Amino acid sequence: MTATSSAVEAVYRIESARIIAGTARIVRDVGLAEEIAQDALVAALEQWPETGVPDRPGAWLMATAKHRAIDLVRRKETYARKLAEAGRALEDVPPPEPADPDGIDDDMLRLIFTSCHPVLSTEARVALTLRLLGGLSTDEISRAFLATESAVAQRIVRAKRTLGRAGVPFEVPSGPERAARLGSVLDVVYLIFNEGYAATAGDDWLRPGLCEDALRLVRQLAGLMDGEPEVHGLAALLELQASRIRARTGTDGTPLLLAEQNRGRWDQLLIRRGFAALERAHALGGAPGPYALQAAIAACHARAVRWSDTDWPTIAALYGRLAGAAPSPVVELNRAVAVSMAEGPEAGLALTDPLVEDPALSGYHLLPSVRGDLLQRLGRVEEARAAFVRASELTRNARERELLLVRAGRVSR
Amino acid sequence: MPRYLTMVRIDEKNAPAEGPSQGLMERMGALIEEMTKAGVLLDTAGLTPTSEGTRVTWSDGEFTVTDGPFTETKEVIGGYALIQAKDKAEILEWTKRFLAVHEPYWTITSEIREIAEG
Repeated sequence: MTATSSAVEAVYRIESARIIAGTARIVRDVGLAEEIAQDALVAALEQWPETGVPDRPGAWLMATAKHRAIDLVRRKETYARKLAEAGRALEDVPPPEPADPDGIDDDMLRLIFTSCHPVLSTEARVALTLRLLGGLSTDEISRAFLATESAVAQRIVRAKRTLGRAGVPFEVPSGPERAARLGSVLDVVYLIFNEGYAATAGDDWLRPGLCEDALRLVRQLAGLMDGEPEVHGLAALLELQASRIRARTGTDGTPLLLAEQNRGRWDQLLIRRGFAALERAHALGGAPGPYALQAAIAACHARAVRWSDTDWPTIAALYGRLAGAAPSPVVELNRAVAVSMAEGPEAGLALTDPLVEDPALSGYHLLPSVRGDLLQRLGRVEEARAAFVRASELTRNARERELLLVRAGRVSR
Repeated sequence: MPRYLTMVRIDEKNAPAEGPSQGLMERMGALIEEMTKAGVLLDTAGLTPTSEGTRVTWSDGEFTVTDGPFTETKEVIGGYALIQAKDKAEILEWTKRFLAVHEPYWTITSEIREIAEG
């Protein structure tokens, strides 16, 4: 690879989301916009080695792509109608801020909301978001999700087609729909992070690359939607969780739980960034949303210099609020853990009893894993051992299975 | 995704006496905003001149404290940025953009160092 072509590709990676977003505003189709953006990249790879890299390479790529997009729209019979639509859409856009003369931030937001549109399956939203906004290749996405490249490529093609067929407008929803759709965007980013943080399948305990992609996405969102407290809530949650990534694995690669981690290995920069994002979320006011509440819980852990310093009563109270804001059996399970730490294993176990009957958790390995831990603390060793074995059978993560079997073997009378 | 510390080195003796121009400050502000919105800039700051700095050296079990300015060094660190980029090519591109907001009469060097993780 020549110096020029690697420079061109770096410029393209940095700019691709913005170019796709700016082009999609013209052609109203994200799939087509991506093709046009890639054509502009090919043009740059052909021309720049001859002409040298232009002073503003990003602007060159954007201008080239937009130029082609306009040509394409012109060639279509529906030119007049499209142009009328484009004209109307442009009128709907609030006048851009001086810092954003091209309205690119608005286009980026439109691209994000379109990629995470509820008309798409969750898997499709994740793949399309990583592709169009994260700038990942289908190969990178397939490796991250342990899927075949052709399956991921198919998924992306279908997603683009679905958006086209459903006539999903290239816009940011307004009014009452906005909050629900923003929730969908945040969920996609959180899902990407979590797949990296607690790999659901395969042999890795963590796939940090995905955490970093999700972090970059949430940092972008926070920059684009500075007035949305829950966006900062998610940013805070991911920064704080990422601050512990280094410490979650021992030197020999064994997974380490929160209680066992060397807190000196936590990343202080990310902790500070997490605190700042959480402060921003609180400063914007309103009742904290589910992500801000989870971030507040993560912040409690980050503030504890030692495991024994953890403020469990506050964490248990925050889980109580989270159970009110976003009730789910998984939240109940976490609340049980916090309550067991604040009030003792008996109280915690009582909270998990109803969950055993919950079909939603029937295949969830963390339920027997938590119960095993509480039963062990209560000295009910046989039940504890059975619970750990059950959890080891349910987890799809190889490292975690080993850990659970070790715990089952260690339960002492 | 590696993290890089980029240290901006300037020659204090030959830097423009009037400091950064209004235009430079505006372009820098716009670039910092762009890098923040791109999700790549983790932290950045400028440093006060070395005349306000101090060096503390530990050698042979003894401390030596030296107040600035540090005239024996041609180029001193005037600022830093902590950037998370996908690879070397990407950090190089951001660094060039950072340097290019300065007028041509500036001579500045950005030293890029990858942060050792783990």
